[in-house]
Amino acid sequence: MENVKNRSDHPLNSILRTDRIPHIWCPGCGIGTAFSACMMAIQTSGIDLDKTVMVSGIGCSGRGAGYTRLDSYHTTHGRAIPFASGMKLANPELNVVVFSGDGDLFAIGGNHFIHAARRNMDITVVCVNNLIYGMTGGQAAATTPCQAKTTTTPRGNPDPPFSLPLLAFAAGASYVARWTILHTRDLTKSIEEALNRRGFSFIEVLAPCPTGYGRRNKQKPLDTLKIYQERTVIKNGAHPMDAVMEFGSSITLGKFIDEERPTFSENYDRTCRPQSA
Amino acid sequence: MKPAVLTGEHFMTGDVACAEGALAAGCLFFGGYPITPATEIAEHMAARLPDVCGTFVQMEDEIAAMASILGASCAGLKSMTATSGPGFSLMMENLGLGICTETPCVVVNVQRAGPSTGLPTLGAQGDMMQARWGSHGHYEIIALAPASPQELFYLTITAFNLSETYRTPVLIMTDEVTGHLSERVVIPEARAIKLRQRPRPKGRKDRFKAFQPGPNGVAPMAIAGEGYGIHVTGLTHDERGYPGMNAETQLEMMTRLTRKIQNNLDDIIRTESYRLEDAEIVLVSYGISGRSSLAAVDEAREQGIQVGLLRLITVWPFPERQIQELAERVRGFVTVEINLGQVHLEVQRCAGGKVPAILVGHPGGSVIPPEQIVQTLKAAF
Repeated sequence: MENVKNRSDHPLNSILRTDRIPHIWCPGCGIGTAFSACMMAIQTSGIDLDKTVMVSGIGCSGRGAGYTRLDSYHTTHGRAIPFASGMKLANPELNVVVFSGDGDLFAIGGNHFIHAARRNMDITVVCVNNLIYGMTGGQAAATTPCQAKTTTTPRGNPDPPFSLPLLAFAAGASYVARWTILHTRDLTKSIEEALNRRGFSFIEVLAPCPTGYGRRNKQKPLDTLKIYQERTVIKNGAHPMDAVMEFGSSITLGKFIDEERPTFSENYDRTCRPQSA
Repeated sequence: MKPAVLTGEHFMTGDVACAEGALAAGCLFFGGYPITPATEIAEHMAARLPDVCGTFVQMEDEIAAMASILGASCAGLKSMTATSGPGFSLMMENLGLGICTETPCVVVNVQRAGPSTGLPTLGAQGDMMQARWGSHGHYEIIALAPASPQELFYLTITAFNLSETYRTPVLIMTDEVTGHLSERVVIPEARAIKLRQRPRPKGRKDRFKAFQPGPNGVAPMAIAGEGYGIHVTGLTHDERGYPGMNAETQLEMMTRLTRKIQNNLDDIIRTESYRLEDAEIVLVSYGISGRSSLAAVDEAREQGIQVGLLRLITVWPFPERQIQELAERVRGFVTVEINLGQVHLEVQRCAGGKVPAILVGHPGGSVIPPEQIVQTLKAAF
């Protein structure tokens, strides 16, 4: 009974769709921790929850939208950002959070990501980067490290991965950070901060996928967390060019960019419809 | 600053009339991507939407354009995009999302000849079956086919009204010729334009089920930011909007999605008859080919052929009953369309082998001359 009582007292219950728990994420998966951090940040940020919307694409992380009691939209593969952009432009009062995975946001959805960043669309994008396509069973992603084994790179990945913070910065994002699921306090604080920033905010969260990635690359969930603990260096303010991600040696974490510049809507009002400003 | 409804007489292209129809219908969001011959719709919306405090955004591609109008609609605005064949292909996946999530919006396809890049500057009606079945899975769709700039104006309003009433994307399947044709367009006073709005929820927010159908089979729609805490997904879902990965939930959802269209055909299907009363042969046509057919009816009548025209204003859902009834009393059907037989297949199906159904069509690049229709009539009947 003690346990049951504790469970019903979970601090996030008020914004979780508890009748949909248990979730689909595997044991050892990092998405749940990233999702909790995101939920916690939304709850503590002081933003109006009734005016807060979560939009997801497709994939393991894309299921995030289904577990929040907020208005939530589970869209098509790669298209969460343009859907979210339409929402934000239709009702600028909404706080729009995109919660999705690396495959969804940076392979099939890569074009939408860079254009929303270029326009400084006023949305917060949380990307859980587990280096792999989890939902379909462990195929190479645009973030899979070179030489890593996946079901579609059985001899090792011949391709180099994207650096997501560098890409976000180069495209024009006004807030860029990278954390891991082991750094939950920094991560939560960062998402909270991003929610209160105007403009395109991007937070990359490194998370283990023991089922799809770890198994083939001889990395148990705890091994991945040890890498997150031992090889990460926090360098707030580092240039995204210097935000390295070498799993064998060093991973740079931190808040890299935090610069205010006019959002799409501000520019549109100023240029196209000054009467409404 | 101009009002949303430009009451008065105008000389304008079909594309511009379409954009003005959208504004008159209360459209406040356009997400687009340039493509010939639909670009002028986007250009006109870019110029006009700020007048009415609306938003125009040129997205990075047609996939994003379609996604953006769904997002805007879920946030409460009437929204639209316009494209042509290649862009229409790119929109197909998110069109399915709109159908599955019951999100009202209007998609205009100013058809050009395909396949592939085809004839960008020349008209065709080759996307009619794509309009019906282009997104994956089985579904119902509403598609309207205007035959003039004036009708583009009115039918764009109708498209918004139907999309709001039935909570579904509605297609306007026009073509390059109608889109670029300049003609007189009369825009009535704003108060003479009847607008419909999506059904809205009433009662307790915590008991609201986002996909529980109302009396006409359509679920009231909660808007993002109103505090209903809804979940909306393209996965197969139940009345609460929760995913259900099994055949039962799929059957229930598909029954809801198809019944709301099939049970309201009288409200959705529009056709126009011309000299059908005593017709022995029926031309079945739509859009710009409907105008060729109209001229052909008079010409053929002068030559003693008892012919009439059934012009399909709603092409999908297909006016089955109308064709089936005619099949009981006429000698044959001739489908006139700028493709090699698409809507023709439906006419054949509904004629049911009772009378012959033949096609006058070509693969695109020009309108069908009335003489060609008359010649075919003379040769076949």
